[in-house]
Amino acid sequence: MLTLTCPVCGVDACETELAAGGEAHLKRYGPGSTDEQFEDYLFMRPNVKGVHFERWRHAMGCGKWFLAARDTATLEVFGTYAAQTTEPPAEIINAIKAKRPDWSLT
Amino acid sequence: MSTRLETHGRLIDRSTSVKFTFNGKWMPGHAGDTLASALLANDQMLVGRSFKYHRPRGIVASGGEEPNALVNLGRGNRHEPNQRVTTTELVEQMHATSQNHWPSLEFDVGAVNSMVSRFLPAGFYYKTFMFPRAFWKHVFEPVIRQSAGLGAAPHPETRDPDRYEHFYAHVDLVIAGGGMAGLMAALAAGKAGKRVLLVEQSAHWGGRAPVDGDVIDGLPAEDWVKNTVEALEKMENVTLRLRTQLSGVYDHGYALAYERVSDHLDDADAPRHRLWRIRAGQIVAATGGIERPLSFPGNDKPGVMLASAVRDYIVNYGVTPGDRIVVVTNNDDGYRTALTARAAGVEVACVVDPRTEVDGELPQQVRALGVPVKTGSAISKVKGLKRVVSVRVQPFAEDDGSYEEIACDAVAMSGGWSPVVHLWSHCGGKLNWDEAQACFSPDPERPPTNQNGEGFVTCIGTAAGGLTGAEAAKTVADRMRGLDIAADDIAVENASETPLAPVWVMPAYAGAKKRAKMWLDFQNDVKVSDVMLAAQEGYESVEHTKRYTTLGMATDQGKLSNINGLAVLAEALDKGIPQVGTTTFRPPYTPISMGAIAGEAKGDLFQPLRRTPIHDWHEEQGAYMEPVGHWRRPYCFPRDGESHEDAVNREIDATRRSLGLLDASTLGKIIVKGPDAPKFMDMLYTNMMSTLKPGKCRYGLMCNENGFLMDDGVVVRLDEDTFLCHTTSGGADHVHAHMEDWLQCEWWDWQVYTANVTEQWAQIAVVGPNARKLLEKLGGMDVSKDALPFMQMAEGTLGGFDARVFRISFSGELSYEIAVPASQGRAFWDALHEAGAEWNATPYGTEALHVMRAEKGFIMIGDETDGTVIPQDLGLNWAISKKKEDFLGKRGQERTFLASEDRWQLVGLETLDGSVLPDGSYCVAEGTNANGQGNVQGRVTSTYYSPTLARGIAMGLVHKGPDRMGEVVAFNKVDGSTIQAKIVSPVFYDPEGEKQNV
Amino acid sequence: MSNAVSALQGVSETGFAHIKEMGLAGMVTLKADLGAAATKKAVKAAVGADLPEPRGMSSGKKEDGVAWMAPDELLLFCDHARADEVVATLTKEMGSSHHLAVNVSDARAVFTIEARDVREVLSKLTPADLSNLPLREMRRSRLAQVPAAFWMNGNNHATVICFRSVAQYVYDLLCMASKEGGEVGYH
Repeated sequence: MLTLTCPVCGVDACETELAAGGEAHLKRYGPGSTDEQFEDYLFMRPNVKGVHFERWRHAMGCGKWFLAARDTATLEVFGTYAAQTTEPPAEIINAIKAKRPDWSLT
Repeated sequence: MSTRLETHGRLIDRSTSVKFTFNGKWMPGHAGDTLASALLANDQMLVGRSFKYHRPRGIVASGGEEPNALVNLGRGNRHEPNQRVTTTELVEQMHATSQNHWPSLEFDVGAVNSMVSRFLPAGFYYKTFMFPRAFWKHVFEPVIRQSAGLGAAPHPETRDPDRYEHFYAHVDLVIAGGGMAGLMAALAAGKAGKRVLLVEQSAHWGGRAPVDGDVIDGLPAEDWVKNTVEALEKMENVTLRLRTQLSGVYDHGYALAYERVSDHLDDADAPRHRLWRIRAGQIVAATGGIERPLSFPGNDKPGVMLASAVRDYIVNYGVTPGDRIVVVTNNDDGYRTALTARAAGVEVACVVDPRTEVDGELPQQVRALGVPVKTGSAISKVKGLKRVVSVRVQPFAEDDGSYEEIACDAVAMSGGWSPVVHLWSHCGGKLNWDEAQACFSPDPERPPTNQNGEGFVTCIGTAAGGLTGAEAAKTVADRMRGLDIAADDIAVENASETPLAPVWVMPAYAGAKKRAKMWLDFQNDVKVSDVMLAAQEGYESVEHTKRYTTLGMATDQGKLSNINGLAVLAEALDKGIPQVGTTTFRPPYTPISMGAIAGEAKGDLFQPLRRTPIHDWHEEQGAYMEPVGHWRRPYCFPRDGESHEDAVNREIDATRRSLGLLDASTLGKIIVKGPDAPKFMDMLYTNMMSTLKPGKCRYGLMCNENGFLMDDGVVVRLDEDTFLCHTTSGGADHVHAHMEDWLQCEWWDWQVYTANVTEQWAQIAVVGPNARKLLEKLGGMDVSKDALPFMQMAEGTLGGFDARVFRISFSGELSYEIAVPASQGRAFWDALHEAGAEWNATPYGTEALHVMRAEKGFIMIGDETDGTVIPQDLGLNWAISKKKEDFLGKRGQERTFLASEDRWQLVGLETLDGSVLPDGSYCVAEGTNANGQGNVQGRVTSTYYSPTLARGIAMGLVHKGPDRMGEVVAFNKVDGSTIQAKIVSPVFYDPEGEKQNV
Repeated sequence: MSNAVSALQGVSETGFAHIKEMGLAGMVTLKADLGAAATKKAVKAAVGADLPEPRGMSSGKKEDGVAWMAPDELLLFCDHARADEVVATLTKEMGSSHHLAVNVSDARAVFTIEARDVREVLSKLTPADLSNLPLREMRRSRLAQVPAAFWMNGNNHATVICFRSVAQYVYDLLCMASKEGGEVGYH
């Protein structure tokens, strides 16, 4: 049973107050995209063991979406951050690298 | 015999008498007894039968590790199977019955399995019940079902009358175990100002120390415990809980504790169990150790017990399991049982010890009492059927032909101690093999980690591997300091102990025959020979061996058997124990009640039930309700003697001829507002919504990115930058979340706010040719055709009510949907009925609603759609904008298989004989598929009897259906026959819309 | 309107805590840029209160007040009959500033809990950490299976807001949690 700090309202929320929303930082492909792009956007997920960026909604709380960087194997949370970004911010990257020196984005 | 002693019994109150029954026989006990101690006091040695061979079984242990003594407890609504007598506190009028035998405990037919046990080795079921296949269903399964299972399941008509609850606690430390170590840790953490919750599964503080005579901080254990508990009770930041077991450790410092609040009280008006849902900074496991049995032939017979359990029964309850005891031990601690027994005046025939040199402090004390100590010896046989009569003692290492029969009626065995590492292991804490003490203990360097990547479980005391009092106390101080909590060094004194001999099986030379009589898992009947067979058959992994033999898979989860089984497997594979590894420990530590897991969620609180402002009226009218999401909506309003079908037909008839009223409050209502709202609405809906004029309504479709139809409803433009989106009844929350997702995570720079105002409004559909007359009678608004034409809305005061009136129709009739504030909903509903009486205003339910919409060919989300249907399949191309560059689902619908003409599409279906097509029926096609199943070419999505047309009508998705108008196709029935139906337009009633447009 | 009724019409029950449905209460949701001067001014004009700190509440005229719900959302409290007027004031004051003001009074039910320590009741139903919840901080969480918001006015008094449709469920939950014999003695 995870706890994540909602970066929007500051509450330490229990997993039962949250709704999971899958992988973060997907780029939307709409009309005009190729079949491969659209397939990638809609279906292809790396399902990593290790550092993972994901979407959560503070559903039983402020109602806002936020993003979390988490290790899927150890469940360590490196940080949570605002959803209004297309890539993890520098402080999140640094927090991950401090704990996982061998890790790099992509 | 097992009896109550004249002396001892620190936990019982001899001045009281508590009466209970076992298998219908009344027996006396004392307050403070467990059911186990009370049974032993009454010489009830035989308490059950084993799972597979139905062997006679007695009590082995004194705590939660008990594998044998499981009983059915309570009667009727309070009947519960598989209750451990060792952890059940005795209460007046308690009724226990033994399990797993037929016809009686004393004479059990199933015991014949024991005689043929050599034909029932490990994997017997896997190997035997393979062929012929037909035998499985009719022969093997019924026979196995008859003989398997432990206790009796509660009768299906019984209902648990007790209440249960959860309790959330957020603490710095939760300490599991109120023995010496747990109390020391609580004291240190309490003094350090930490928020502490200390839980103890039994009804008493202190654990084993008072039984084993430890001297703590210069005081007898009993006194030290009393003082410490008193000190802790004075600390405001410390909460103490007896009868509460920390049963499971989960991610991020989450733990569950199971409190048995009132099981030990008669007739208490209190919750029975409470499940503590704890979020802790640190979980401290002071869970002690469990003594291991020894594997010698006949070690499963009633009267053979753990040595520590024998001490517990004597010291705590003043009960001895026998008049003449033999102690068999591979360590010094076992000698404490001999000393305790002698101190209580119980005869000790001898101590059998496989070690050749035994001269520790404790054995010396035993010898000094004149008790023979038979070193280098083993028990090679236990005589007696339903209880021990004598044991045979032979040399342990080599068979020289000599042996000795020693009469006794109880055997106290000790194979050494294992730390209880379950809580450490639940979330992945790793173990080390401790060669000297022959046990697995927690490796402090490899703890389970929390959200910060830091260890969050700490083992202390015996659970940390400190198997003597002094060592246990040292781990407490060390580990608490490791948590930055100052802890005093507390001296614990007791007799010194010399090393144990890692003996698992005795005698060492026992052949196959003897090994087939050495039990490892008492409950599941797994013997040394079974594990050896598994090894021989190639099961090298302990996890596989476990599943093959069922070792450790019983309700006790192998608390007594795992290490011994592992040792036997290691020996058979000629490997070290750590190389063979250990199985995974999973929560809960011991079984917890289903009631505790459910908590308050039973009966009326099983799940939230959503009620409209008019809900009470529906119930008063005796409406037949149906669930729609968490809402309850009236399906129909049957009158006296009316069937549901009759009621539905009457409601439709009344509505179509005159006036019907529908409580549509459950309809989702979401406000979308802002300068970018029109742009957002265009993305959200397949239709062009930005062109909708203020005050106008438009039916809209919402798809997900896959292109599949997700929700539908009427959109109203309230003003230039404000829209009101109606959603389906079950869909409001989901659709609102969907909107917020796109606004917050994709188009966060768009200026749009949304609000779900579903429950702010009661909404009532006024439907039928007399609908306008009713509203005109109420007065206050011009609802004429010219002032309020079809698909428009108006705001005003109607009959004194603040109202939003929408001229929309889901029935094909002249229809108004009127929203009033929820607080006025019931009053408005009453006013409509009163004023509508002259037109026979008839309330109608969801079924009439469904039939009327089907007569009009309107689709219903969830009937015509199932998450794989696109609007184009439903003939809704008119609602899909061709002009928009983009909307959610547009790209998805462009995929070849969705854009293809080759799809099942919506049509109406008319049976040739006028009957109603079965729900979910398939349209059959020629030939069979690769699996030999008949091909299909469509399916029924909605099917009803239409009272308006006096015949069955249906909608369905049929392969290229719209191109096949007039064709007759066949639909299957459950009995294998088919019904002929003609493909027609889905609009059965008033296709020109003349009725709704008046 | 005289025929307006709350979901449970003021029902109450006493166990080891006293549970009461508060009857009708006025509530208005305002979504807007909480940093904008216009918002501050509009809220002041509508209920006489200053903008609260995150998760906090502030009092206004008489029983009026305002609670912080999210970085772009406030919940304004007022007399039930005055809610539409509050919406009108907000709309007028906000002018052309992007905002959404909507009367949600009837979409809600309000309960009060009075007990020696109200956390003994609430802790049975919410995973929120009540040991560290400051007084008059609005906690949006869940009670058993439904979303709810609550705050403590003191250890012996709390207010709970939930959706109107589940008012009976929440009332039953609170009554069950405060039944005599169920005292936990933790807080």
